[in-house]
Amino acid sequence: MRYARPETATEAVGLLANEAGVTRVLAGGTDVLVQLRAGSVTPDLIVDIKRIAGLRAITPEAGGFRIGAAVSGAELGEHAALCALWPGVVEGCNLIGSTQVQGRATMAGNLCNGSPAADAVPGLVAAEATARIEGPTGPRECAVADIPTGPGKTAVQRDEIVTSIFLPARPARSGDAYLRFIPRTEMDIAVASAAVNLTLATDGTIAAARVVLGAVAPTVVLVTEAATALIGNRPDAATLATLQAACSAACNPIDDKRGTAEFRTQVAGVLAKRATLIAYARAGGSL
Amino acid sequence: MKTVPVSTTINGDAAEFICAPDETLLDVLRNRMGLTGAKEGCGTGDCGACSVTLDGRLVCSCLVLGVEAEGAEIATIEGLATGDGLHPLQQAFIDHAALQCGICTPGILVAAKALLDKNPDPSETELRYWLAGNLCRCTGYDKIIRAVQAAARQMRSA
Repeated sequence: MRYARPETATEAVGLLANEAGVTRVLAGGTDVLVQLRAGSVTPDLIVDIKRIAGLRAITPEAGGFRIGAAVSGAELGEHAALCALWPGVVEGCNLIGSTQVQGRATMAGNLCNGSPAADAVPGLVAAEATARIEGPTGPRECAVADIPTGPGKTAVQRDEIVTSIFLPARPARSGDAYLRFIPRTEMDIAVASAAVNLTLATDGTIAAARVVLGAVAPTVVLVTEAATALIGNRPDAATLATLQAACSAACNPIDDKRGTAEFRTQVAGVLAKRATLIAYARAGGSL
Repeated sequence: MKTVPVSTTINGDAAEFICAPDETLLDVLRNRMGLTGAKEGCGTGDCGACSVTLDGRLVCSCLVLGVEAEGAEIATIEGLATGDGLHPLQQAFIDHAALQCGICTPGILVAAKALLDKNPDPSETELRYWLAGNLCRCTGYDKIIRAVQAAARQMRSA
């Protein structure tokens, strides 16, 4: 195995493109080093992207924030303006692992690892975040929603790297939230999860909504029927019941040691309901 | 595998080592630098026994490559005491019987110091969440929490 520490994205892409063997991109390493240890991957080349200019920065842009691919979860949580703008996205990222893992783990790494249970991803999809991907022909922009393609699989090609994730500006009276179910209070992988992003009209009804579920299908699921149930309404009992049913209907989970398909289907709807109420309150709504 | 020379700072002192590209920082510290305070529990970032700080950030050294330490500042348990004097956290762990087998203790001390550097007066909830990535299989967490709280009180009044 060789280790490279490029200083530009172009150089990183060149290294990946010219390597015939197995490659891994290293940011926080909290997945890659576990894979190395388990022997599930034996890379010929590791490309460490942390020294590439700008990749460790959180930069205001067009009323939102551009977050470098090597920014850690701890750095996200310490950024007051980012937490104020996108609290649901940050709370998802901050649920990944322990304090130690937060010191290294990145949002972009969580995305590129391709887990259907990734805690950072539902919130990013709910936020309509976009990833900037550097490749052999230069940078391209891709909706985060289009990146996961299956368990462990993404639309990021082997000679590409995600260099940043952009969280857009948001209208007044907006709020987002993320909830997951795990069998303990801390440090586990989501059995089911839900992210909700809302914008309210001046009368307190929901004007725009995105509802996203995690760990209940091969990729995160954007549930448009659930958003439709919310739009034009307040999150009263009847509206939430429709949302919950729409979410459960959108689930296509597996049975595994963490939970049965039946349990995941039920819990995803409950989490979506609760996340809706949190997002609604954060947007300034009151029932 | 071609080895790589690395220049770094460990506990305030310049340090140089040569390691293989796939060697973890934990293995470098223990096997090349003779710093055996950081322990290998799980090797996969779940137990926290290998905790060190890297550029001031608490991390599991088993999830860091040795080559990533180039130009970085690392702090380990060996740097906690000053000369012959124990750090207040170390003394509090003895006074409160907050260790039995001791395998998790270096990691917990490094993690607790990182918290108190950031927040000298954490609530019990903050403290318990902060240390959730440090597993102990014999002492039980209550004595550990009481010891850190006692050290924090002493450090605030010092």
